[in-house]
Amino acid sequence: MTAAIECLHAHKSFREPADGEDRANHRGRGLASLRVLDLVAPRKVRVDAVKDVSFQVKKGEIFGILGPNGSGKSTLIRLIATLLTPDSGTVTVFGRDVVCDRLEVRRCINRVSVEAAFFKRLSALENLEYAARLYGLDAREGKRRAEDILERLGFLHKKMTVPLENLSRGMQQKVAIARALMTAPVALLLDEPTTGLDPVSKREVQDFVLEVRETHDTTVILTTHDMQEAERLCDRIAVIHGGEFVALDTPQNLKARFADGDGRVPTLEAVFFRLTGSNVDDWMREQGE
Amino acid sequence: MFDKMKSSYALVQRNFNMVRRDIGWELVFIVYEVVNVLTIGFIGVNGPKETMNERVLYLVAGALLWGFLSALFHEVAESVAWERWEGTIEYSFMAPQPRGVYMFGVCMWGILYGFVRTVICLAAVTLMFRISLAGANLWAALLTLAASSLAFIGMGLAAAVLPLISPEKGSPATHIFQALVLLVSGVYYDVSVLPAWVRPFSYVSPATYTLRAARAALLEGAGLRAVAPDLVMLLVLGVVLIPVGFAVFSAGERYAMRTGKLKRNG
Repeated sequence: MTAAIECLHAHKSFREPADGEDRANHRGRGLASLRVLDLVAPRKVRVDAVKDVSFQVKKGEIFGILGPNGSGKSTLIRLIATLLTPDSGTVTVFGRDVVCDRLEVRRCINRVSVEAAFFKRLSALENLEYAARLYGLDAREGKRRAEDILERLGFLHKKMTVPLENLSRGMQQKVAIARALMTAPVALLLDEPTTGLDPVSKREVQDFVLEVRETHDTTVILTTHDMQEAERLCDRIAVIHGGEFVALDTPQNLKARFADGDGRVPTLEAVFFRLTGSNVDDWMREQGE
Repeated sequence: MFDKMKSSYALVQRNFNMVRRDIGWELVFIVYEVVNVLTIGFIGVNGPKETMNERVLYLVAGALLWGFLSALFHEVAESVAWERWEGTIEYSFMAPQPRGVYMFGVCMWGILYGFVRTVICLAAVTLMFRISLAGANLWAALLTLAASSLAFIGMGLAAAVLPLISPEKGSPATHIFQALVLLVSGVYYDVSVLPAWVRPFSYVSPATYTLRAARAALLEGAGLRAVAPDLVMLLVLGVVLIPVGFAVFSAGERYAMRTGKLKRNG
């Protein structure tokens, strides 16, 4: 059976400004290595964001990706979303290559990013109408679908004409989810969709993701920092660290792998700390950055 | 085809809604532009009274045409910078539409927006200076404006690549480009006054032909036959610049996708 989403040896690196250590190493090589250009343009080094990542997501599966900040989660999502081209390897969505068949892939997918990306001075309805037309939907039909989803997510009807800059982040995120689902995508990329939501809103969004999977057989890739969310929603979870997958299994199997001698299974959070080699203090510090 | 047009219309409707929401700022920009055109027009009031109408019309035509062309260029060239600033670039560029559909919508909005602003300025100028357009050939002037829109869309498409490949420096660079076109195109003076080494640049600027043909139509009542060489030149520039601009933009988009620059700021 063809996988809904497949990554084979996907690799992506970026050129980023060198940090102090890199510059010091470079200076150590002597005066010959100094460039006048360094005075105006910072030296850059190549940083691997995603390293040789391979995985398959089955149709109708909710596939979680967990990882610390800067571990490569969003880069991976952006590769699948056709916003980045892989340096090597292939990424396919329902058998279509994200580089060669970009438009066909875009017809299958939609994405909710961690930042609610909207024209914030426009209202929810105006933003949704724009999205509906741009994505080739009938504007009225798109609006009707979006209104249904927003009502289902507990979004007050009277707030639909209020500029989004005057709404809370939670409300904005609900609009982002409605916008993504309005196009009835067969694959949904959720990049930390519940970050910043209150517990009730978070629960509503999670319930809705499960409902969408049940009713539409939608394939979902979800990145999150919320271990409870991952455990509740995901059929399988991959842990990414330093751009590499360090584990991929069902939540139960991941926990069972780190069970102690008495058979006591740790929490998913504890498993995460073990796999990423970090401790609670590191984690808290990273989240605060 | 009709479906694609509807998708392009999304951009027109979105920008119209943005203008409606920011109507206060729009009024500020229009008042500033009207005052700017009037100020330039008053320069022409100096001098012999018999030729005042021609002088004022010469300057005002330059200011109005430049107002239209620069608004069109700005809307097209800054479309990417604007999406990036709003944080919507990824969502808009992920839409399952060929990039031409998006850019066509941006261009349609640019023409509409520039035209409305120019008409408002024209009304203010007509009231203030009581300019006589009795001998003017308005149809030839309008046709010139339409032909020049194509070339400016092409230039705008090419310039829009700058904010795409350089998130921080791209937008200022488009303003420098726009300023250089203003300098070499004879907006307020004849290009013959330019230093010899600058003059060749005026030959490749579509604004030079636009201004020459439009002024001939407005000041001398020149007909289509008289302005035909400039119209042909504008059409040739448009036919060349639109595909070139689109190819440059597409190459820039591929580069942005390879280097990770197709994303919001911050």
